[in-house]
Amino acid sequence: MRFTIAPVALCLAGLLAMPALADKAYVSNEKDNTVSVIDAESLEVINTFDVGLRPRGLLTNSDETLLYVCASDSDTVQVFDLSSGERVKELPSGDDPELFALHPNDRWLYIANEDDALVTVIDVETSEVLAQIEVGLEPEGMATSHNGKWAAATSETANMVHWIDTETNTLVSNTVVDQRPRYIVFNEDDTLLWASAEIGGTVSILDTETQEVIEKIEFDVPGQRSDQVQPVGIALTKDGKTAFVALGPSNHVAVVNAQTYEVEDYLLVGRRVWHLAFNADESQLFTTNGVSGDVSVINVADREVVKTVKVGRYPWGVVVTD
Amino acid sequence: MAHGRFSWIVALGLLLASQSLAAADEKTEVRIGYLAWQPEPGPVLSNVLPEPTDSGLQGAQLGINDSNATGRFLNQNYLFESVQAESPEQLVSDAQALVSKGFKLLVVNTPEDALRQLSTAVGEEALIFNAGSPADSLRETECPANVMHTLPSRAMLADALAQWLKVRRLEDWLLLKGQRPADEAFAAAMRRSAKRFGMEVVEEKTYTFDTDLRRSAQTEMPPFTRSKDYDVVVVADESGDFGEYVPYNTWLPRPVVGTQGLTPVAWHRVVESWGAAQLQNRFTEQTGRWMTSKDYAAWAAVRAIAEAVSQGATPEPEAVQRTILSEEFELGAHRGRPLTFRDWNRQLRQPIPLVHPRALVSQSPQEGFLHQVSELDTLGFDAPESQCKPLPQ
Repeated sequence: MRFTIAPVALCLAGLLAMPALADKAYVSNEKDNTVSVIDAESLEVINTFDVGLRPRGLLTNSDETLLYVCASDSDTVQVFDLSSGERVKELPSGDDPELFALHPNDRWLYIANEDDALVTVIDVETSEVLAQIEVGLEPEGMATSHNGKWAAATSETANMVHWIDTETNTLVSNTVVDQRPRYIVFNEDDTLLWASAEIGGTVSILDTETQEVIEKIEFDVPGQRSDQVQPVGIALTKDGKTAFVALGPSNHVAVVNAQTYEVEDYLLVGRRVWHLAFNADESQLFTTNGVSGDVSVINVADREVVKTVKVGRYPWGVVVTD
Repeated sequence: MAHGRFSWIVALGLLLASQSLAAADEKTEVRIGYLAWQPEPGPVLSNVLPEPTDSGLQGAQLGINDSNATGRFLNQNYLFESVQAESPEQLVSDAQALVSKGFKLLVVNTPEDALRQLSTAVGEEALIFNAGSPADSLRETECPANVMHTLPSRAMLADALAQWLKVRRLEDWLLLKGQRPADEAFAAAMRRSAKRFGMEVVEEKTYTFDTDLRRSAQTEMPPFTRSKDYDVVVVADESGDFGEYVPYNTWLPRPVVGTQGLTPVAWHRVVESWGAAQLQNRFTEQTGRWMTSKDYAAWAAVRAIAEAVSQGATPEPEAVQRTILSEEFELGAHRGRPLTFRDWNRQLRQPIPLVHPRALVSQSPQEGFLHQVSELDTLGFDAPESQCKPLPQ
């Protein structure tokens, strides 16, 4: 299959400075076309490097040696070697890749092509397009189960979660959720899929086996208008006990008891909080606050915001490495 | 931004996997018609950029395409027929022809008089979505039961602009208007907004000359805009006879707002947040031009119908209207909050962008304008301000 790659605006890819082995948070700055690197101990920005145009989704492979960046307006996924700091590869991604998920086999990359209503599956080693699966309009959310069996996507305009069987890479079913579903993530044992609905203002929990919505969480942030409560990113603790949900322009992160589905607290962070990620031992949670251009660092045990770190313009995605 | 590499057709061609649907029932067929009639614009004196002749129609077509793209997963199929009429009478007969073919959900782009005739002629047999007339009377005093409005009223546009003027403390206005009825209608809406938000029209002047302003604006406009002191010039010139020549030619150096200068609109190419950029991209790929306010209003009408059908309404006028007006209904329409219709006058609530030709300046409702139910109801005719009442259940 012929697959053309858009000419990429080749900014000088700065090298990643590598101090010794602290956790690092990588943050994509959507409007600056850069990635900021925050040292998780000092909570300072230690490096900023150029990437392609409109960087959004970010992830690492299992052993955290490679960083993948969706450069949406460059229509490509860029791959950086985290020890040398070099950009080692660019993968064909289809048009306008926004979010993606790496299969646990570290080879199959599932990419949501926002403008084309497609999910593109790429083999990251051979750069081959393995499949393109039609989904609803404006796919964004993308997740793979830990056991590798499922890939799931959301389409923001069709208001659906699409379930993809990874053995055949075919779409096997669709679940309607609330308006504008943006982010999905499987829990640790893959029994549940959590899905946020930005305009619907809710988070739905879907049963992986039946693919049906079994629970729905609504949010009520004190002092904020209900139409400002727009859930986007979700972070689940591995022990299955707690979920953190970024609530967009209401500027808060909800702390949810993942067993009772009750909201236990709301934490004030920066403006327009979208995505969030734990460090390795889940002691810290980093949130990207798009409008204020900063990252909030939350002490998870105390459920307190301990610091705000200024990054580039419109921070979007975040991933934390060991 | 690179687009177009994967057109719809190519994407389908590249499709390796096909999807299977959970329920193998018969498809729900939804028939939507689009009708337009606009009077001849008449000669205008300035180099006005004309409204595209298919403004509105392309928006409806995109709505149909989007609904079919989604409907594929929901066992829905959207059929579309469009008609461009040559007269109000033909508009009515074309509509009746569509209704007899089962196209009873009609998106209509036509001025208020023709819309009234159409509403009376089809009665309960059809549900009309007004995507073409901003007439305030339809939302305030006349409440045709078979009409839902997706285009904002002049009152909504005027209130949106007035809120911004209030926030910016531009409270004394020089109001300039043209001689056409639409100009007076917009001027009336601005006067209402001034009163509503506690500002003052210090003087109102009607532009009555018919000189060709392309040569003489710099000599004609300054004396025309001499008045007592004012903070801002508000222009009511819907056809663009003179309004484009007011900015930078005012006697006092002042911002110009209204139908030219800083304008309140339903939609504009500079609106990009909340996925609007994706909608704009799909539209531009389909048409090769930018999406207009009427395109958006027509698109929103089709999407409202699709959302109602997805929520279980049978695709018939009464069921669709009832579902849209129900408490649970909300429409994701790239506006940053779910949209709903007012149950008293069936107007789509929406934020109003304030733009100049190359940028989004602001969006109303402005922060600080509060309301018990929805801040969007600070724009236009709120329930107590309208004679219209919710339809009987």
